[in-house]
Amino acid sequence: MTAIPRTTDFTADETYTPEGEYRFQNSREAVRRLPFPFPDDEYMYSMNLEPHVAAGTGALRAAFDIDEHYVSECAHRDQMLRDMPGVHYLALPHMMEAQWDMLELIFESYSRDFPEHFTLTKNGNEWRWQNRLLGIDDSFTFGDPATLPLDPMEYSTRQAQGEFVVLEEKDNTLVIGAGMTTQRADYSLQFNLGMNFAEFHGPVPKLDTMGILDRALKFLLRMKPGHPVRRVNWSLTVNPRLETSVETLPDWAPDRAKVTPENAGEMVYLRIELQPLHRLPRSNAIVFPVRTYLVSLAELVAHAPDWAKRLHRALASLDPELVDYKGFHRYHGAAVEWLAKYDDGAPLATGYPWIEDGIQPGPDSVD
Amino acid sequence: MSEAQHGSLRLRVDRIEPVTPEINRYTLSAEDGSWLPPFSGGSHVRVLIPFDDGQTRRNAYSLMSSPYDTSKYQIAVRRIHDGKRGSITLHEKVREGDALLVTTPANLFPLSKHARHHVFIAGGVGVTPIYSQLDELNLKGGSFELHLAVRGPEHATLGRELQEIYGERVRLYGDGDGSRLNASDVLAGRPLGTHAYVCGPARMVDDVIGAAHAHGWTDSNIHFERFEDLGSTGAPFSVTLARSGAVIEVSPEQSLLEAVEEAGHKLPYLCRGGACGECETEVLELDGSIDHRDDWLSESDRCTNKLIMPCVSRATCTKIVINA
Repeated sequence: MTAIPRTTDFTADETYTPEGEYRFQNSREAVRRLPFPFPDDEYMYSMNLEPHVAAGTGALRAAFDIDEHYVSECAHRDQMLRDMPGVHYLALPHMMEAQWDMLELIFESYSRDFPEHFTLTKNGNEWRWQNRLLGIDDSFTFGDPATLPLDPMEYSTRQAQGEFVVLEEKDNTLVIGAGMTTQRADYSLQFNLGMNFAEFHGPVPKLDTMGILDRALKFLLRMKPGHPVRRVNWSLTVNPRLETSVETLPDWAPDRAKVTPENAGEMVYLRIELQPLHRLPRSNAIVFPVRTYLVSLAELVAHAPDWAKRLHRALASLDPELVDYKGFHRYHGAAVEWLAKYDDGAPLATGYPWIEDGIQPGPDSVD
Repeated sequence: MSEAQHGSLRLRVDRIEPVTPEINRYTLSAEDGSWLPPFSGGSHVRVLIPFDDGQTRRNAYSLMSSPYDTSKYQIAVRRIHDGKRGSITLHEKVREGDALLVTTPANLFPLSKHARHHVFIAGGVGVTPIYSQLDELNLKGGSFELHLAVRGPEHATLGRELQEIYGERVRLYGDGDGSRLNASDVLAGRPLGTHAYVCGPARMVDDVIGAAHAHGWTDSNIHFERFEDLGSTGAPFSVTLARSGAVIEVSPEQSLLEAVEEAGHKLPYLCRGGACGECETEVLELDGSIDHRDDWLSESDRCTNKLIMPCVSRATCTKIVINA
């Protein structure tokens, strides 16, 4: 890792919507700290779960990462929740303990990993939470929902980057019991609420025959509090649009037809999902967080040339069923064609960037 | 919060109370007075019990303190003369003020969040996980009752303690009044939505499950705890790495993968939990059997005894040589 620790400049005036004209961009530092999800030139699903321990100085340094987009993402979440009440945040009534678990996990992690921005002070069950980035200073009684302005999960995840799906353990499977999902990649929380592990993975091709699902479920059911695991996932999306839910599909799906080999560099974004799963101590539930990072193909080429080459190869060789499932068959060809111009075919390192000898972003200066 | 080191917490023994002729209750807190990791009702910890000869045993004990007070943990330990010396060592060697290593809590016996009524059936020291479960239910306003069998009045201290808190919701059997716990009677005529929890001797667990089935209950409403070691610890063995010829001792407290790493060798790994398949290693020679604990190898793979997952699986053998 070549990142130099420095103070993050938070960009507050970004937008993730067409109304806001997608005012969004990544700094060089933000690109080079990404949890780049392609360890090999060819991509296929694997059980890429590993212990969630701090690694490097980038996105994997903290239990829950924040970056320069923190303030604007929180504002976007607020706007989405106001625009479509009851669509992006849902919690079944018996999930209240898990809600407090979530609040505790997020606030403890943020205050431990980013003490310059967050402070959590506990005096027994009387807690004080200070969030200097959003100007929040609240005191409440842990465990008493009446002392908070919102549900504990809504209150805490409105101040967090990424989305959060809480899975309840029931009858030897995991069932979706709550979610804060204003950054959904093409699914519906309302539709999936109450579904079990096999049901909500239903649409994913090949998983079943590969036996991955059963193994993953057994592994997750054995998870213990204090021993989180993580995986990374990815997709492509058009424009820096965080909210691509099934409910708003008519608003964003037509953009997929506007991509050409000429504009793909600016229009097509790699959507990286960092998923640090935790067993929650009081509710025995498991939280499935999806911390989403958006980076345009052009930003990758400019700031992380080796990652751009790797992405080109992984996309070019991707199984057509996965292209279809991930929803970018309309512009897959355009993205590959655009990226091809920047791939000289040189051999690249194998492994995730946060492991020893893994693939790094590439030369540190733009020639 | 007190930080876990190598997955375990270093706690001070604040208080030891004999509660029956066979059971001591231990109150533990963080040495620096910080908060302990939170837990849910029914959780247990494993106590690392050091022996004079340098060996360590890991015994599981249910947490009986309140899940809503993480300033301390309480466990109850019954002396068991089983030759393994774990509980005897705790009784005879550990004193107030001593430090103990304890794993972070895990829960193999959680409450059902969908139950309308909870019926607990316990025998003797089996009441310990129910302590924290009742505390949790009481705070949430859940409906419950406890049926506890003891071997005589001198063994009834914990039951009477619960009776004082929860009154008639706790029924004691064998506390000098000649009453006997009959699982079938307790479970008869219960409305749908009732969940039963049993913790006690194996025979009691079997009785309750049998009685519930006889009354037409489904398994989803019957809860019991079996302390299986789902981790990677177990009896020691030694492994030979074919490429270097190195012979590595795997101690009871570490996995094969950890032992190989400690000896300065490398094996591929990812999940370290027997699921991802990354560490699959060929077994070249085996004099004994492999204790497969992974979810990766198929049943037919296992039967060949030609593959092992070093992150979780062990061997009971006089010799094992792996292709590493």
